[in-house]
Amino acid sequence: MDDASMKLKQKQPRRYVVSRKLDAFFFDVYAFGQFIARFFRNLFLPPYEFKEVVHQCYMVGVKSLPLITLTGFITGIVFTKQSRPSLSEFGATSWLPSLVAIAIIRALAPLVTGLITAGKVGSNIGAELGSMKVTEQIDAMEVSATNPFKFLVVTRVIATTCMVPLLMLYMALVALLGAFVNVHANEQTSFILFIENGFQSINFLDLFSSVLKSVVFGFTIGIVSCYQGYTTTQGTQGVGRAANTSVVLAMFLIFIEEIIIVQVVNWFRIT
Amino acid sequence: MAKSNTHIIDRTKRVISIRGLHKSFGTNHVLRGIDLDIFQGENVVVLGRSGTGKSVLIKIIAGLLKPDSGSVNVLGNDVERISYRELEKLRLRIGFSFQSSALYDSMTVRENLEFPLLRNSKHLSTQQVRQAVEKALDAVGLSQTINQWPGELSGGQRKRIGIARTLIMQPAIMLYDEPTAGLDPITSMEINDLINEVQERFNTSSIIITHDLTCAKSTGDRVAVLLDGRFVKQGSFEEVFTSGDERIKSFYDYNFIT
Repeated sequence: MDDASMKLKQKQPRRYVVSRKLDAFFFDVYAFGQFIARFFRNLFLPPYEFKEVVHQCYMVGVKSLPLITLTGFITGIVFTKQSRPSLSEFGATSWLPSLVAIAIIRALAPLVTGLITAGKVGSNIGAELGSMKVTEQIDAMEVSATNPFKFLVVTRVIATTCMVPLLMLYMALVALLGAFVNVHANEQTSFILFIENGFQSINFLDLFSSVLKSVVFGFTIGIVSCYQGYTTTQGTQGVGRAANTSVVLAMFLIFIEEIIIVQVVNWFRIT
Repeated sequence: MAKSNTHIIDRTKRVISIRGLHKSFGTNHVLRGIDLDIFQGENVVVLGRSGTGKSVLIKIIAGLLKPDSGSVNVLGNDVERISYRELEKLRLRIGFSFQSSALYDSMTVRENLEFPLLRNSKHLSTQQVRQAVEKALDAVGLSQTINQWPGELSGGQRKRIGIARTLIMQPAIMLYDEPTAGLDPITSMEINDLINEVQERFNTSSIIITHDLTCAKSTGDRVAVLLDGRFVKQGSFEEVFTSGDERIKSFYDYNFIT
């Protein structure tokens, strides 16, 4: 098989440098690095699978809309409801739209969208590619003169990288709508006034950092789940493990990336 | 039932030539110096117990696995030395029927058959693609399944559709990986007949990997027995199983008694 990452994953060290588990971990990290490098090599080489990219964008984006809508709306309502008592103590309920807008756009929308997409799309990709791997469908694609890496991996990673930011913006809007519903029920504020108040505290850096985070989260979800699925071994048990690991690892990395990006953006904000 | 020889084998033209092939997985040395020639129009059955490297052999021929050493020449191309683009072109002339059929679950039978055509024969019109799909399905006798999903098909039907998907590109070489595994005797006989029909209708050369002696007898012009990573005997079915080699004899006895 020309799949270098697959070989590396299977290759077990005979003599352990540190310990069996630690050596295997570093082999896995190295194989994952090779997989990412292979993605970027294939990304710029023709043929370009535009049709499949559009199909995957539909699967990742449009199919996630109901879940994103529901979670976004609930997030908006709950966050506003929880924040109200604290602000009431200081007689600052008029700051509620600003507080909610900052929280949603800076933190909640990217993080919640990332986690929801990791759960829904990540597990889907991990299981689908894993199943294709163990039932030889990937080999079948290869022998029918189609580059399976390009067709299956590159298209899905592009789709998640492009669609997660769009889903994040959509979720932010829905969450703000949810917040407005709560504010309107208590203060009879108009939607225009709510949005005006809310966006007074939002600047370009807030929006840019959220989009940047979402792009990174989308890429992470795509590449992690494709790697787990594409390198699945050990039959149906392996498929379950691939789906599970895709979600857990993607979520873990999303939190790490969130911390790093927030630190960098805050540094820019101060300077 | 023994195979009827109505087709012509051109013994001057080698379509596959393998020399000194070795392949290991970790400490497991699977293939230990394989030499094999397949001639134009010939069906060669590779017999052997599970885990002896039969499937590995055809995966190396199709370029899915890389050998550790040795040479594999397919239709004049050294599989190890050609570029990925050239390998893709070569693969269009090789049909690979997988043990698990490997039909794409997310596509209907029609889409499964269209897939290789749409990607590799972009000059064809929609009408020509449709005709090719119908012709390939007709060749395997499953025209009625065209709009079904792979999950709705029986094991035998899946095998046939898998073969139809490879036939659609009109390959010169067919590689069958355990074509009758997991099938009942009647369906197995139908698959054996289909393999012979493909050989006669499309003049293909084939390697059939199996441990089913009925399949070997009814489809093979030549049988090669793979034991411990080497071919221990090659010849017609009768020649191989009357050779007196105890290892082959026990394989024969076990297969027919069980």
